Formats: sequence, structure tokens, C-alpha cells
Amino acid sequence: MKKMLSLLAIAATLVTLSFTTAPVVHNGYHIGDIARDFNLKNVNGKEVSLAGIKKAKGYIVIFTCNHCPYAVAYEDRIIALHKKYAKLGYPVVAINPNDKDVQPADNFDNMKKRAKEKKFPFVYLYDETQEIAKAYGATRTPHVFLLDKDRKVRYIGAIDDNHEEPESVKVKYLENAIDELRSGKDIAATETKAIGCTIKWRKSAETKPGGVKQ
Amino acid sequence: MQALLAAIMKKLLYLSVVLLFSVVSVYAQDIPYIKSDQITAWKNDTSNTVYVLNFWATWCAPCVAEIPDFEKLSQGYADKGVRVVLISTDFRRDVEKRLKPFVTRKKLEGSVVFIDETTPNNWIDLVSPEWTGAIPATLVVSKGRGFEQFFEKQLHFEELEAAVKAALNN
Repeated sequence: MKKMLSLLAIAATLVTLSFTTAPVVHNGYHIGDIARDFNLKNVNGKEVSLAGIKKAKGYIVIFTCNHCPYAVAYEDRIIALHKKYAKLGYPVVAINPNDKDVQPADNFDNMKKRAKEKKFPFVYLYDETQEIAKAYGATRTPHVFLLDKDRKVRYIGAIDDNHEEPESVKVKYLENAIDELRSGKDIAATETKAIGCTIKWRKSAETKPGGVKQ
Repeated sequence: MQALLAAIMKKLLYLSVVLLFSVVSVYAQDIPYIKSDQITAWKNDTSNTVYVLNFWATWCAPCVAEIPDFEKLSQGYADKGVRVVLISTDFRRDVEKRLKPFVTRKKLEGSVVFIDETTPNNWIDLVSPEWTGAIPATLVVSKGRGFEQFFEKQLHFEELEAAVKAALNN
């Protein structure tokens, strides 16, 4: 009995500790996790899955959108990334996760319009249910997840270190990660952060969006 | 006659320009530029001041939507040692043409600062390791009172006030 009580006491202490010193818990994927595949509608009306992308050696999955100035600031750089890396087996897979009612500028028609205006050379997919953004743990646009050919998450974060002035960029986090992945090296910086627009979660959604919970 | 009219017009034009500038100079106060070490300084302030550090941008709809709640809080708690700082993450090139007019229009003088940093990866974790970088984000912090609470979402007055009250009671 006494032993049981002390065990209970230890258990209670552990529970208390886990609440008071709760570490930061991110929903969604961490480095090394296997990311799920999906079937999402592309701006050309066709469904796209990662498995369906032939000869891919990896995937540059970028949660982005039409309206967010941080996302817009990166459009040309995302186009350049795709042009540089798709032929090496690492295509950009852009996904818009924003709810069309919360942010009408990000609805499917406007996605098609933007893709046409900017001549996006990459697929631009609509995560209408927001299921994929939640599974990945995307919180903002733009938010990058670099996957290898087995869909293992190898890098999460920002494209580079200067969203406002492309000409002043000093460190290209994402390109460095892709280059290291391609050459079989360890990726030096696996996670970076950037300011972005919060993903516009559907109002009625009960589930907590990807990101941080205490 | 025509010359007189022209002279009067010129004078009027001059007066209106002067008037315009004086009005502008009353309202368009300079927005302080801060570096990330200012955030560290606020977080390390051992006085009993409670800092409410809100990260926002003029184009961010949920950020703009919550600003009145921060203003209400600021007015209600200024004399209780609560300092609300609205830290703009707008682009630097937009400070003059977007941020300043916004601050003037919404009468936010005194509470808005601009974070003059180019590399968010270097300072986001200084605010909170919990922050993934999405805005709006808010840190309620008082080192003197041993209190820190971080939110990465739009806040409403009740939740914001609850955090500040919890800080003040600490």
C-alpha cells in the first residue's frame, strides 16, 4: 500500500511537472517524419499527388497564397526555385491552405488568375479542407517543407533570410538545404523561421490549427 | 483685376499648403524604429511593468481587427503599470506610405513602433520559441512579476485582459 501511494505521488508529481514545465509542442511534422501524400486540385483543374509527380527525387512543398504580402514578395523567388530545381528532380509544389470565406482573395478562381498572371511553372494546389496544412503543421504563408523522395521531412521554414529585399539576401536557407540533400550531406540548418501571414482557418473549424499548443 | 485675382489665388494656395503642413506635422509623429535588442530589453526589465508586445502589420486583417482591443486595454491599464507596444512588421518601404498614414488615421501615436530588422529568423525566437512567425502574435511579459504568456493568434479583449490580470496578480 505504502509503495503504491509513493508511486501515486511520483505519478502525480510527473503529471504536475509535465503541465508546469510543458515544452513547446508543435502539431504537425518534425524533421525526420514521413509526410503524408495528398490529392489536391491544381489550378488547371486536375488532381495532383506527390506520388504522381514522375522522376521526383524530392519535393519543395510550399504553403503560400495569393493575397499575403510576404507570399507575394516571394513569388518570383519561388518561380526561380522551381526553374532551377525541378529539372534536378525537386519540383515546387505550392499549396494554398486559406479558407475562401475568411479570405476571398485566396479562393480558387483567384488562384487560377494569379497563376496565369505570374505564369507559375509549378503546380498550385488548393487545400480546400485545410487537412494537409493541419497535417503538415503549416501556420503561415509562405511556409516551406522540403521532402526527400521517401517524403521524409528534411527542412522546415523560410526560403531565405530577407523577405523584403531579394537583392540583399545573405543566406538562402532553402537552397542550401536542397543542395545539401542532393549531395547527400547532413542539412546544417534544418529549421528556420520567418514572419508570415497566419493561415486563414475556417471559422467553424473546431480542431486547433497546426502550430503551437501549450 | 486679373493680376489681383491671381495674387489672391497664389496667397490662398500658399496658405493652404502651410495649413496642410502644420496639420500633418501635428499628427505625423515619427514612428520609433527598434532593433531586436529592444525586445530583449523589455523582456529583461526587472521592474513590475507588464509589457504587452503585439506583432502586426497594416495589411494583416486579423491584426487590424484586434487593435481596438489593445487600445482599450492600454487605456484601462496604463496607470496600473501595463505598457502596450504595437510592433509593426510591415515592409520598411511601406513605413512612410502605409504605416504612418495608418497610425495617424487610427490615432495610434505613442503605441506603435517599427521593427527595423531584415532577418526574422534571428529574432523570432527572442520573442518566444513558441512563435512560428505567423502574425498576429502577442507576448504578455513581466520579468519583475515572473510572468510570460505567448499567443500566436488573434486575441479578443477578454482573453487579453485575462492574461494581463494574471500578470498583475503574479
